[in-house]
Amino acid sequence: MEFGVVELSRLQFAMTAMYHFLFVPLTLGLSIIVAIMETVYVMTGRPIWRQMTKFWGTLFGINFVLGVATGITMEFQFGMNWSYYSHYVGDIFGAPLAIEGLMAFFLEATFVGLFFFGWDRLSRRGHLLVTWLVAIGSNFSALWILIANGWMQNPVGAVFNPETMRMEMTSFFEVLFNEVAQAKFVHTVSAGYVTASFFVLGVSCWYLLKGRHQELARRSIAVAAAFGLASALSVVVLGDESGYETSHNQKMKLAAMEGMWETEPAPAPFTLFGIPDQEARETRYAIQIPWMMGLIGTRSLTQEIPGIHELVDEAEERIHRGVIAYDALMTIRAERDDTPEDVRATFEEYSDDLGYALLLKRYIEDPRDADDALIASTAWDTVPTVWPIFWAFRIMVGLGFAFIAVMAYFFYRASFRGMRFPRWALTLGVIAIPAPWIAAELGWFVAEFGRQPWTVDGVLPTALSVSHLGIGDLLVTLAGFIAFYTVLFVIEMALMLKYIRKGPFQDVEETDTWMARHEHRLRTHDGKGPFAETPAE
Amino acid sequence: MVLYELIDYDVLRVIWWLLLGVLLIGFALTDGFDMGVGALLPFVAKTDTERRVVINTVGPVWEGNQVWFILGGGAIFAAWPPLYAVSFSGFYLAMFLVLAALILRPVGFKYRSKRDSETWRSRWDWALFVGGAVPALVFGVAVGNVLQGVPFYLTEDLMPMYPGNFILKLLGLLNPFALLAGVVSLSMLLMHGAAWISLKTEGAVAARARQYGTTAGMVAAAGYALAGLWLHFGIDGFALVNDPVASGPSNPLYSEVVQGGSWFAVYGDRPWALIAPVLGFAGIALAIMGLRAGREVSTLLWSKMGILGIISSVGLTMFPFILPSTLDPNSSLTVWDASSSHQTLFVMLVATVIFMPIILAYTAWVYKVLWGKVTEDDVTGNSDSVY
Repeated sequence: MEFGVVELSRLQFAMTAMYHFLFVPLTLGLSIIVAIMETVYVMTGRPIWRQMTKFWGTLFGINFVLGVATGITMEFQFGMNWSYYSHYVGDIFGAPLAIEGLMAFFLEATFVGLFFFGWDRLSRRGHLLVTWLVAIGSNFSALWILIANGWMQNPVGAVFNPETMRMEMTSFFEVLFNEVAQAKFVHTVSAGYVTASFFVLGVSCWYLLKGRHQELARRSIAVAAAFGLASALSVVVLGDESGYETSHNQKMKLAAMEGMWETEPAPAPFTLFGIPDQEARETRYAIQIPWMMGLIGTRSLTQEIPGIHELVDEAEERIHRGVIAYDALMTIRAERDDTPEDVRATFEEYSDDLGYALLLKRYIEDPRDADDALIASTAWDTVPTVWPIFWAFRIMVGLGFAFIAVMAYFFYRASFRGMRFPRWALTLGVIAIPAPWIAAELGWFVAEFGRQPWTVDGVLPTALSVSHLGIGDLLVTLAGFIAFYTVLFVIEMALMLKYIRKGPFQDVEETDTWMARHEHRLRTHDGKGPFAETPAE
Repeated sequence: MVLYELIDYDVLRVIWWLLLGVLLIGFALTDGFDMGVGALLPFVAKTDTERRVVINTVGPVWEGNQVWFILGGGAIFAAWPPLYAVSFSGFYLAMFLVLAALILRPVGFKYRSKRDSETWRSRWDWALFVGGAVPALVFGVAVGNVLQGVPFYLTEDLMPMYPGNFILKLLGLLNPFALLAGVVSLSMLLMHGAAWISLKTEGAVAARARQYGTTAGMVAAAGYALAGLWLHFGIDGFALVNDPVASGPSNPLYSEVVQGGSWFAVYGDRPWALIAPVLGFAGIALAIMGLRAGREVSTLLWSKMGILGIISSVGLTMFPFILPSTLDPNSSLTVWDASSSHQTLFVMLVATVIFMPIILAYTAWVYKVLWGKVTEDDVTGNSDSVY
């Protein structure tokens, strides 16, 4: 294989996936926020809620379409750039992707058209149902994608078949209820809800700063702060759950996140700050909080969390075992039905470590030819580059706690201080808009970069997973994606800003009718309306 | 006995071969008219209002239609992993072209009406044209190449390899027969798009659509006939040397394949398969007559029948081959050796049996809600909610 194909393939996948995930979290959260707003509209009949639904719905649409468009790339890129991966694990990995299409994406995409075009063709309740179906569809979509990704992190319910040279599914149930996938799903959709809440909050804050669309902005903040607070709490709690699962299943990723080179006596301390040094294999200037890591990672005071050195020793052992499995596999492949029983038994015994032998393929054609020195040095390949993971993780967690604080503040002001916000808070709300995106991208970075050198943890090395393309192929598509996606991004941002500046479309006639009826009702019952003092815009 | 053994492995493979056909045909029938509409847009509609009318005929439905394409990709991944692995990496640059064109399309639909500028709108019109015409052409080119066999081979580890320079490989895909297949595919979808426009619009736009549709239909029929003759006389088919092990492991290297003779030899064994090309020609002919006579609903149905016939004829001609290899015929992928495991095929079938009827039901409901023509008043009167 040409040098650089692996690196370029990884770069392209990372780029297109992270780009795709600029749009996904907003779709996940905004679909639900819009559905909540429309529910209030249908329940109360107040036109302002319809106006809010339509306004946020328009922004949802501008964002949604790029999520869909860039998702097309994702669906096909496994085959295009990761053909050995597709062959090797398609039997398991393909199923959730296909079910995502059947169960979720069809739902969301079929009804999103009616959401925009169906206002005059459907009853209020009919349209509300459509909106909820879009929201449910997008969220189910995330569920199946994370089941697929969860399997890459924790490959359960599958076994290697020597005859077909690939992993095959043994239990769909295990793949489906993979604990890693479930924790990741709730963590990810919660992150989407936080993102959308900050978006709605920030845009509304901007309106209040400019003194525009106060009715819409205040109500939107009320919805966003309540929804955002709940989601921010959920994202942190489920993030913790994710960390706990990682401590069982991906010990190396955990050790890298913590910059923990040596196994510490239980309960391990949490390193708040430090400078991981990959070459010296230590983390300098570490400031540690005693006990905390042990408590988070193992939820016990006695269980140890292995450090990188210990895990590398383990990996070395597993490569040795993997070579035995590889040897048996070669015999099975040559002899097929005439394979002696004891060779099959050997393979069964060692096949869990087959993936570790494949790590050697980067250096030599036949892993059986590897000497102990090569195996010992290859074992260090199982350590991802520590410092980016260490820092990405810390920034993400820090942002997560900040989100709780900001949302709690706005929730408090919205609920107990009559929706009055000081200017500094409104400014903060506007500035904070990009923060959840940063946190979400960093989260994916930790999850995926932290899984290196594997595409499927312990099963298939990244270097082996790629398609045998030429550098030319990759340079063409990489340049093409960068140029194309940049243009789309600029257009999207311009349209977003244009529609935010333009503000909500107001159906004057409907509002007037409703206000007249409302005022009549207030007069006849002598009651006080909640917003009677604020005149309609 | 475990649950998935309720259905034999070979039966499941045939079912999934049929479902692959259903998905591709579903894609061509639904998203096909969106692509046809996109490709016809600059020609059938002259003024901005006319163009908005045409765009709004597919405005609410293209998103759902496009899922057939996504689901097609997902289903190939899940049910035919080797096909997914070999084809998309083998047609790498062509695939990139399709993706780029298909990404332009959603964005074009959604963003075109968001600004009033004339340049802005005319640029998006051409983006929609590219988003419709390029995939329609490339899909046909891909089918044309599959029928000739593709230059790949599998290593003993079943790693797909495609030797050669990347530009030359791309140019190799653009051979005369493949281009002819591309023309058939493009003209067939143009006809389909025209049938849709004539159903959903009125006046000058509908009249122009009928004109273009008639021409496209004739090109499609002539091209399809010519491709058939060419395939019979000019292109070597593939055949399995021994009887296939229909329930064996999915390892393409276990079977022996030769190239030689005509693909049409299979019609000797399965004369009933001739129904497919007959449906293809009849559907196009009836659609052309319908377009000329100004019939609306029936024309769209005939057009669908023509597309169904043409796509099925390719599948039936090649059965059991899915992706033959010219470099190493033994590496060719067939129905019997390129599927997922028994259990995965079963699980996926259960999921399909549950969800496909639900999808068809709600899709039908959405089309029913949106039934009726899109008029100029519709688009000028509702500028905030339509495209």
